[in-house]
Parts: sequence; structure tokens; C-alpha cells
Amino acid sequence: MSFFARFAQNRGALFGLLILVMVVALALLAPLLYPESPWRMVQRPFLAPGELSGFPLGTDTMGRDVAAGLAHGAWVSLLIGLISTLVALAIGVPLGALAGYFGGWIDDALMRITELFQTIPSFALAIVLVAIMSPSVGSVVAAISIVSWPPVARLVRGEFLSLKQREYVEAARLAGLGHWDLIVRQILPNALSPVIVLASLMIATAILLESSLSFLGLGDPDVMSWGYMIGAARTVMRQAWWLSVIPGVMILLTVLALNLVGEGLDDALNPQLARQRH
Amino acid sequence: MPYVSFILGRLVKAALVLLAIVVLNFFLIHMAPGDPAAVMAGEAGATDQQFLDDLRERFGLDQPLPVQLWRYVSGVATLDFGYSYRQQMPVLELILDRLPATLLLTGTAFVISLALGVSAGVLAAMRAKHPSGSLIMVVALLFYATPLYWVAMMAVLVFSVLLGWLPAYGYSTVGADYQGLAHVGDVALHLILPATTLGLFFMAVYTRMTRASMLNAGQQDFVKTARAKGLAPGVIQRRHVLRNAVLPIITLAGLQAGQMVGGAVLTETVFAWPGIGRLMYEALMQRDYNLLLGIFFFCALLVIVFNMLTDLIYRLADPRIKEAR
Amino acid sequence: MSNPLLRIERLALALPEGADRLYAAENLNYELNRGEILCVVGESGSGKSMTANAVMGQLPPGVRAAEGRVLFDGIDLLRLSEPEHRKLRGRRIGMIFQEPMTALNPLMRIGEQIAEVFEAHGLLTTRQRQARVIELIDEVGLPDPRSIARAYPFELSGGQRQRVMIAMALALEPELLIADEPTTALDVTTQAQILRLIKALQARRGMAVMFITHDFGVVAEIADRVCVMRHGRIVEMGTAEALLAAPQEAYTRALIDAIPGDALPPEREAREEVLLSVEGLSKVYRSGGGWFKPKREVAALNDISLTLGRGETLGIVGESGSGKSTLGRCIVGLERPDAGVMQFAGAPLENRSAALRRRIQMVFQDPYASLNPRIRIGMAIAQGPIANGVAKAEALAQARTLLATVGLDEAVAERYPHEFSGGQRQRIGIARALALAPELIVADEAVSALDVSIQAQVLELFVRLKRELNLSLLFITHDLRVAAQICDRLIVMRKGLIVEQGSAQRIFTAPREAYTKELLAAIPGRDRGVSHLATVTAG
Repeated sequence: MSFFARFAQNRGALFGLLILVMVVALALLAPLLYPESPWRMVQRPFLAPGELSGFPLGTDTMGRDVAAGLAHGAWVSLLIGLISTLVALAIGVPLGALAGYFGGWIDDALMRITELFQTIPSFALAIVLVAIMSPSVGSVVAAISIVSWPPVARLVRGEFLSLKQREYVEAARLAGLGHWDLIVRQILPNALSPVIVLASLMIATAILLESSLSFLGLGDPDVMSWGYMIGAARTVMRQAWWLSVIPGVMILLTVLALNLVGEGLDDALNPQLARQRH
Repeated sequence: MPYVSFILGRLVKAALVLLAIVVLNFFLIHMAPGDPAAVMAGEAGATDQQFLDDLRERFGLDQPLPVQLWRYVSGVATLDFGYSYRQQMPVLELILDRLPATLLLTGTAFVISLALGVSAGVLAAMRAKHPSGSLIMVVALLFYATPLYWVAMMAVLVFSVLLGWLPAYGYSTVGADYQGLAHVGDVALHLILPATTLGLFFMAVYTRMTRASMLNAGQQDFVKTARAKGLAPGVIQRRHVLRNAVLPIITLAGLQAGQMVGGAVLTETVFAWPGIGRLMYEALMQRDYNLLLGIFFFCALLVIVFNMLTDLIYRLADPRIKEAR
Repeated sequence: MSNPLLRIERLALALPEGADRLYAAENLNYELNRGEILCVVGESGSGKSMTANAVMGQLPPGVRAAEGRVLFDGIDLLRLSEPEHRKLRGRRIGMIFQEPMTALNPLMRIGEQIAEVFEAHGLLTTRQRQARVIELIDEVGLPDPRSIARAYPFELSGGQRQRVMIAMALALEPELLIADEPTTALDVTTQAQILRLIKALQARRGMAVMFITHDFGVVAEIADRVCVMRHGRIVEMGTAEALLAAPQEAYTRALIDAIPGDALPPEREAREEVLLSVEGLSKVYRSGGGWFKPKREVAALNDISLTLGRGETLGIVGESGSGKSTLGRCIVGLERPDAGVMQFAGAPLENRSAALRRRIQMVFQDPYASLNPRIRIGMAIAQGPIANGVAKAEALAQARTLLATVGLDEAVAERYPHEFSGGQRQRIGIARALALAPELIVADEAVSALDVSIQAQVLELFVRLKRELNLSLLFITHDLRVAAQICDRLIVMRKGLIVEQGSAQRIFTAPREAYTKELLAAIPGRDRGVSHLATVTAG
């Protein structure tokens, strides 16, 4: 069975993929649909959804268009989720690969560092980092990457530890292949499927983290984000519940979709395990 | 004897981790834009030249970096976390004052999440092929994918604003001044919403883990042996499957401790729960970096202590580790 | 004879849709009488374990009984409800499994696990159960029953665990014992002990035993009657004596013939030219260790010296933990010895150059782990020469030739490993080793994972290649029968030491050391008329 056929067997994953495609479309179309800044005041504040045509989701406390905020927020959420995951992979994969491949003191040293970062409460560290570097897209991405690479390093290390003892790797060693070839061509391709699954879940976690930071007022003050919208609506929850409910549902759907896609990828990439699970 | 040396080893490791965090804190202060003294004093404190000079003196900011580091580390070692110029109190006092509320909240949430999560996971694993099992997993996935602070807000909206069943914020009723049991009841009432919302996310985590772990353990050879003995399915699930499935859950509980502390920051912020999470939010709002870093240190300390406990429990649960010499 | 204890009638077990065949087993008819040992024999995929699973009510998910009856003392087991079936399991039908390392719950004490059998059927008081547990542990020949009862599984060896499994299966004196490859995972001397134990207990209690195995040597050792299976069908059935002496079916004969026999290669004169010499080789594995943990040391090799002549096949024989694999890995350069000198054609092997490394290659044990699943076969063979400076196109062309040399079609070079069977993969592994034109090949358990008929083919390939390419071979194996078939000279190892060495002929006919004698005596079926049937397959 092909990869896509196995993926499609998981109906949840298909559903997740559908939502994800819609969110990505929303994010990509945001500059076309709402070319103006989402921060601009366009109507009187506290317009309820559907109250005025042209503002299907109403306006917020400052009279900004909620729909515009959602669209631009989608862009920011996905971008930060994706980039910080890529950065975390760029830190975690090489560290884990080196630790697992070489073992010995290199492994000891790298794993102590990884353990240290895993012990530090990640959200608290992210808060401190962003607060000290002062909030911006860059600092948020940096903070999220710094707190999310340890699981990658551990996973990759574990895969390398087991794969480097496979007979085909030893055969390649005996054939005279160098460390670089062994790591990159023999081991890494076989270690990637769990990393891909983890990465899809990490994007989801990164989006949650970004929204939590924005909620606490640690988002980039220049970009609109879902977490900020919820945070700004907190004090007016009693008067305008939709201001916090709508962006919350967007986060929920996006994170849910990424998790479902991750499970589908897991099924598709590890057919043996999937058969056991169902 | 191996037990003593194990605990000693863990203590040394914990001390090293704490040292690393103190050093990290030190460099964070220096990383911040602007004069470290101004950073430590917070934006408001910066207006008072006297404070800044005191600080420069105390941390030896005119000295070379290693000397500054040494002063900072030895300060923390003697439990001196500095002074919060915004709150006009020593950082340590502020934190110790707020710590019990956080311990109460996270402790309750932990118990709720573990009890409900493991039960739901066991149920989902035993009904893996039934719709009810799938339903549990869908609900768990929903909680897993929902921002914690948003669940907290929705809980307030539904249970306080709409239904009026539970208090929306605070630790106890302001001005009521209950005594004895009435006070305990009042706090418990205030605790329900924050502890449940904080617990829900982790409940989802434990549910997923327990189910996966149970299904995995259920396929091991020793389960076939147990069936061949003629044991009843309930006994097999409890004594053979669950007992083995618990080990990864203990490991997970240790790893989740840090997340729990992070979750407390958000929960306490929404529910105005007077713990160190709320204190962190306040410090953040006021750019009170000294206090922020002090809280960060204590968060890490909590996690380390909890990790040591889970390590001890793991050793009790798995004979293979205890006996390994 | 009265009613048989177990009667299987027209049994068909259907596989789930999409499997490579419709039935795991079909049209099975056989009987098992009280006090009798029936061996169900077959290679992998023959469906030999499936009937046992059906009897135990433990068919794998998706497999279902489509037709027929399984009558146990007149009760159709296929029609029983799960609770009714459960009452039989453990009480009237006991079972032991292949893998003793994983068949016990790692978190429960041995005594508790045995006592559970009584508990499952509501028998005896707690105190009586404990007393019976001790008796049972004693009965299966384990030393110091009280401390064994208190021990956890990880504190016991594989053989000891299998004895515990037997104690557990026999606790309630069942009328039927099902043993599913119970000795396959064990060393040969342990296997002999377990077989003797099963036979003794069976005789003492008059049980019926259904013994599932792939090994005709084991059959000869233990069976009263034999049922040979292939592709889910019964090929042949009969008494052990008749079937072993005069198999009717070609398949049965082929299986019996494929067992490496005592037919020894003729003694050859000693080789003049020494290709490899090893002197004083030692290697210690250290595990654990840390600030507060003491280290554990295992001496895998202890002062090993040997020589290998050009064109010679030297066998290294030993049980698990003997250090035989470590020796091979040190020689090819996968492990670094702690002490000792190795010389290859006069050049020292320490810090060997790429040119020297090329001249010693290895064939591995597990055909499923020895090929990279993401690299095409041709490339897998060619990558060695490429790394050693051969042009890519030339190396790939050479790889195709090599595939033909090992008896595969040249066109398979474009395929990925998952399309091949275990035997084919092993041929590919040999082609890969040959690609670098080595002078010495170290074969580490290279045929151990293969079915016996495939094993014979791969051994023949080794012999042919060795002759055609003038190779030397270091053949590492736990199986004395295999070693005898292709080795000129043998070294017997135990716990990191050389116990005995000499020509294969001499070791087999006149072993000097007690351990070698023990190993030879432990070969299943050796004295019972199987091996003399074996034809000479090796030259």
C-alpha cells in the first residue's frame, strides 16, 4: 500500500488535513482579503458577529475587524509554528545524531545539556527569554526553539543508538564508508520517520506556546496574533464573549488538525505499529 | 546501600542543575538590553539613581564578569535573590508568601489529572475497538489541542458568568473572613475551577499515554502466558498489563512537571489565583526582572524536586533497577 | 486404544483478507493420545503453531476458525465460550512458549507468577499454594527453590526461566501440554536439559504433549509420532521411527536430508601459508559505571591465540556468551581489542588502512537487518567499491555480475531489500562482502536465521565461492552440525577462552575436553538415528 493510501485510511487524519489546508489558505489569502493592517480601527467597537454586513465576526474593543485579525493571526501562528520547529530541528537533529553516533564522552556531554534543558520548566523559560530579549517575532521564535529542541535530540539519539548497530551500518563501515556517509546516507534516512511525526506535533505545540506568550502580552507588538486577541478580550469577557471564543476556536482547530495529521503520518510511516493500534 | 548512593547521586545532579540555572539567570540579566543594574531594578527603579548605585556596588558591576558571576552565585547560595523594587519587598519573601497557593493548585491538578487520565486511558485501552473507547480519545485530543488559558476563560464564562455555580477568581471570598472549616470549604470552592482546568490538559496527556502504554503492554508475551494460565481478563489487565504500563506513565509524570508549572502561570493569571504564577505575570507586567528570575529559579527547583520524587517511585515500581548493581 | 485426548477434524483457520494466502492452515486432521508426544514439524510459515493457538483459544487477531472441530476429551474447543475455555486453560491444558526471556512478567516475583495458576482456578489456600510453588520449582530441577520463588525474572537465565514456565504449565497437572518451540531460543546444552526434563515429566505424569518445532533433531530426540506441515497443510504423518527412517514424501526427505550430518569433510593437510594470526587477544566489556555506580566487567575474550591458513575454513563454535562473535568483530575491525596482536598476511591489523580493511569482509547473521531498507540492492553492493575509489558506473556493473555469481538474477540490482526472502537477502549480503574482493570472509552466524532447507543452499554457496575465489573463511556458529559440514578446523570457545581446537574430524570423533564432549552429546537427534541419514552436502 502506498504512503497516501495508508494516510487516507485514517479518517481523522484526512479531516485534519482538510482543516489545515483551509487554515493555510486563510493565512496565504490574508494580505489579499484584508490588505489593510488588522490593527486599524474600522468601525465602532463591540460589534457583534453578523450585526453589520462587511464585518461577519464583528469588531473588538478598539473597533478593529475581528475577521481581519483572524486571517492575519493565522499567518503569524503558522509562520512562527513552522519556523520555530525548523530551528528546533536544526538544533536537535545534529545534536542527537552526533550523540547517538559517536557515543562515549560526546554523548555524555550532549545528553547532560539536553537533560538540563528538559529539566528547566519550558514555558517559564520561554517567558523569561522573551521578556528579557523584549517581545518580537524573532525573540518568540528563538524562545520557542530553545525550549523545544530537547525532545528532538533525544529521539534522534535513540534512533541513532539503535540504528548504528544494525548490520547494514556495520557492513557499510567495513566497506570503508566515512562517518559523514554513514550518518547522512545510511542512518539518517532510516531515522527520519519518527522525526517527521514529532515535527508535525511540535508545530502544534509551538502554536500553542506562541498563543500563550501573546496572551500574556509577550507577543510581537507589531503583528496580530490569536493569543493576543484572546488576551485583549479577557477583561470584556462578560460583555463580548465572542471576542475570546472565536480566536480560541481557531487555535483549537489548527492545533487539532496538526495533531490529527501527525497521527496519520505516524500510521502511514510506521505501518506495522498502526496495524497493532487499530 | 545502593539506595543511599542513588539518592546522593540525584542530589548532586540536582545541585548541578540548579547551579546551571543560576548561571543562566546571570547571563540572561547581561543579555537584556541596557545596563544590568537598570534591568535588575526594573524600569521604575531606574528613575532612582541611589538604587542603581547600590546595585552596581552590590553586584560589583564595575568588576570583571567572573567576579560578578561569583557574587551572584554566592548570593543565591545564601538564599539572597535580591530585592523587588516594584513591590518593595525581598524577592524571597514574596515568593515564599505565594508558594503555598501554587503548591495547592498544582498538587490538586496533578492528582486530578493523574487519577482521571489513567482511568480514562485504561478504559479507552480496554474498549479500544468500541465507540466508547474512541469517544474518550476524541475528548482527550480536544483537551490536548486547546489552549489552557482559553479553557480557563471558557470555564469562567460558563460556570461563573452564565451558571453562577462557582467563584470566578481569587483564593477565597474577599471580606468574608471565614474561620476553620468554613475557610477550608471556601478555598476548596475557589480551587475547583482553576485546578480542574489546569488538570484537564494533563489529563489528556495521561489518557493518551496510558492507552498507548496499555495496548503495548497487552501485546507482550507475558500476557499470553497469563492467558494460558486461565486467569480472568480483569486480573490480566490489572496485574499484568496495567502494572507494566504504569512505568512509562511515571516517567511521563516527571517530564510533565515542568509543563505543569508553566500551566500554573496561565491558570493563575486567568483566575487571579495568588500563587507564584500570578506573581510571575505581575513581574512581567512591571518589567520586574529580579523577581521574574527569582520565580524562574523556584519553578525549576519545584520541577527538580518533583523529578527526584518520580525517580524514587520508579525505582520502587521496577525491581530491575533496584537490583541492578 | 480408547478415545484420543485431542482430535482435530477438518480444521481450517482463515487468515484475514489481504494476506498472502486464504488459510493459515486447512484440512487438518490428526489425533493426540494420552501419554503420547506428538511433534508438529515445519519451516516458518507452515502454520505449525496455528493449531496450538486454536486449542488455546488464542488465535492472533484476524485469524478465525472457518471450519472443522477441535475435540478435547470430547469437548469442541472451537464452540466453547471464553469463560468455559478459560477453565480448561492452565488446568487441563498447559502451554509453554518459545521466548523465555519475555514470557514472564518482569515486575512479579517467580513464586507469585506460579501461584497465580492456582489462584486462577480457585484452588488451595495461600499457604498450600506457596508450598506447592516450592515443590514445583524443585521438580523442574531449579536449585534453591525458595530463593528462586523470591527472585524476579531478570535474575534468572534463559534456561532457568524456561524451567519456571514449565513449572507453571504443569502446576495443575494438565492432561495436555502444548510446547511451542520451547527450546529454539536456548543454547544447545540447555536445550538438551530442557528436552530431557519435558520427556521425564511427561513420562512421570502420563501427559499428552504437542511439541511444535522446526528441528528434526529435536523430533528424533523426543517424538513418539510426527506430523510434518508445509504451507498450512499436513504433508506426512507417522510414528517417529518410521517417518525418520523412511519418509514417504519428498518434502519430508528433503527436510531430513538438509540437516547437517556427521559427514565430515576429509582431513586436509595443514596449510603452509598463514593468512591471519592472532596472539593474546583480550577484550573486556565494561557496563554501567558513573559517579556512584560501580562498573561491571565481562571478559569477552581472554588471551585468545589462533592462526588461519590461506584457503582454510576455520570454525569458531560456542554457545552464547562464549565470545565467538566478539572475536570475529575484532578481526574485521568492528571492535577494538584491549590487548593482543593481529597480523594479516604479515601486516599488523591495528589501525588498519583502508586497503587492508578491504581485504577482510563480513557476512552477517540477520538477513532482515543486514540490508539498508532505503538503498537499492545494486547500490548496497557497489557502495564499498565506490568508497574505495572505483567509478560509480563500473562498481554498479560489477555489482550485477556479483549478483549472478551468488545465484541471483542481475536485474534485481534495481530492487529494494523488502522484495527479497531471507535466503535471497543472505546471498545479497555475501555479494556485498565479495564486492571488495576480500581474501578473508568472517561469517558470523550467517545461516542461523534461515530455515534448514535454505541453510543448506547458502552453505553450498559458501563452499562453491570459497573454491572458485580461493577465499579463506572464518565461520562463526553456535551449531556444531553446521560447523562440521564446512569447516576444515574447529575452535571451541567458552566464556572468552579457547576450550579445544583441532581438525573438524578429530573434534567430532575424539573430543578431548569435557565441554566439547558435552556440546557434542547435546546435539539433538545425534544418537537417535537422524544424522546417519544425512547425505553429504558439502565437499
